Amino acid sequence: MALVLSYDSPVKRNAYVPPKIIIREVSKVYKTKDKEFMAVEGVSMEIMENEFVSVVGPSGCGKSTLLRMIAGLEETTEGKIWVDGKEVRGPSAERGMVFQSYTLFPWLTVADNIAFGLKLKGIPAAKIKEIVDKYLQLIDLANFAYSYPRELSGGMKQRVAIARALANSPSVLLMDEPFGALDMQTKASMQEMLLDIWRKERTTIIFITHDIEEAIFLAQRVYVMKGRPGSIQAIFEVPFPAQRSGDVKDVESFILLKKKITAMLKN
Amino acid sequence: MDRPMGGILQIRKEVDRSWYISGALFSFFAILFIWGLLSYGEVVSHVFLPTPAVVIREFFKQIMDPILWSNIGISVYRITMGFLLAAAIGIPLGILAGTFKLAEAVIQPLTEFVRYMPATAFIPLIMVWTGIGELAKIMVIFIGTFFQMVLMVADDIRTVPQDLLSASYTLGATRSQVITRVLLPAIMPNLMDTLRMMIGWAWTYLVVAELVASNNGLGYMILKAQRFLKTDVIFVGILVIGILGLVTDRLFYAANRRFFPWAEGGS
Repeated sequence: MALVLSYDSPVKRNAYVPPKIIIREVSKVYKTKDKEFMAVEGVSMEIMENEFVSVVGPSGCGKSTLLRMIAGLEETTEGKIWVDGKEVRGPSAERGMVFQSYTLFPWLTVADNIAFGLKLKGIPAAKIKEIVDKYLQLIDLANFAYSYPRELSGGMKQRVAIARALANSPSVLLMDEPFGALDMQTKASMQEMLLDIWRKERTTIIFITHDIEEAIFLAQRVYVMKGRPGSIQAIFEVPFPAQRSGDVKDVESFILLKKKITAMLKN
Repeated sequence: MDRPMGGILQIRKEVDRSWYISGALFSFFAILFIWGLLSYGEVVSHVFLPTPAVVIREFFKQIMDPILWSNIGISVYRITMGFLLAAAIGIPLGILAGTFKLAEAVIQPLTEFVRYMPATAFIPLIMVWTGIGELAKIMVIFIGTFFQMVLMVADDIRTVPQDLLSASYTLGATRSQVITRVLLPAIMPNLMDTLRMMIGWAWTYLVVAELVASNNGLGYMILKAQRFLKTDVIFVGILVIGILGLVTDRLFYAANRRFFPWAEGGS
């Protein structure tokens, strides 16, 4: 297992600070009529407060299942997950999620989509407006506040989905290949925007992707999975500061890391 | 060999509006032409097939006659009552069947079974049970539309993407909030379309009910005309029902566009 220590990690590893997310020996078995299928086997992870972690692996390696278990959308067959010291037993507003498919509510405007979770919480209207305005600014879509999702492009929809999750001020943001359906240019600018948002909001993020470059570019640590059954095969520290731009993708150490992970996924 | 893509007969491609309108007018005039040929040319006796001119004259005579309007009134009343009754019970049951697997088990197999029993076969039974009053006609419309409506509403619920529900859970929605704030608004445009189709069926069963057991209404008007061999009145009756059906259909369609502008593929 390769471990490169980062020289500018904003996450202070300290024996006295417990990890924000603890995943212990988690497995998931799907049962059909006469077969059992093990999607995830014995996955353990520890993620610190404010950390941006990515999980990369081939399609069908169980990485989405893992994320859905952290969200509480699926039960673990074995093992346990704790977030902020509390065991995960079901979905909650504490763990916001952004999906690969477009999940904006089509009958709500952009502003009302962002306000969805806030209204469920019963926050006063004036306060909701304030929060919604802030996130509209953050994703640079203030002019589209009253547009319906069908009027937005794919990239804009995902920006709203991110804003909708963050407006709820979740403790953790889970992202399941949110840029998977976007074209290259849009994807690159979405990545930079996400990093920018993360630096401002300091939300702990777990980001699932099959795109190795994306995994390295965004995260401070990259978990590499292998499939059938899904398990962690390596963890890499990414040796770049939190403040990065797209240029970092051309740096030699970036390319080296990318090659290393690529080789791993080939086996 | 290249196959040029021009022309007006491309698979699933738009044509000019003028071509579209011409096509629509063509089929109407073709029917009128064949009708005229058969009647004016006395290929078919006037007793069986009145000329278009006679039907049109009869049409204008009838719409000046208050008896036609009272027949329309009573028919519309029966449709409305039967349809509202079917919707009031069928929509909630359909929503339950589409939302909860257990409710599906209770509702769906039985409904599928009854659906294959022709509503018309129930008419003698309905007459034995409820006589030949208003309730009998309302019951025929109810039985004709109710079972189908339950199944179609359940399917409308099932077309709501699972990820939309997952997203709302991660935004903090409870189960009842998922139903009221996600499932119900999400199905509205499809539900309106389902109702639009069902009201078309309701017209069919109305006429069936009025042909069998009634002394007023548009179906009865047609039946009475048949006894006196007044085929022109039969034509007018059918025409009036067609126009009323078209009007209700367009009203539903317009309401859908008006109230649910957010729907994909809408205006």
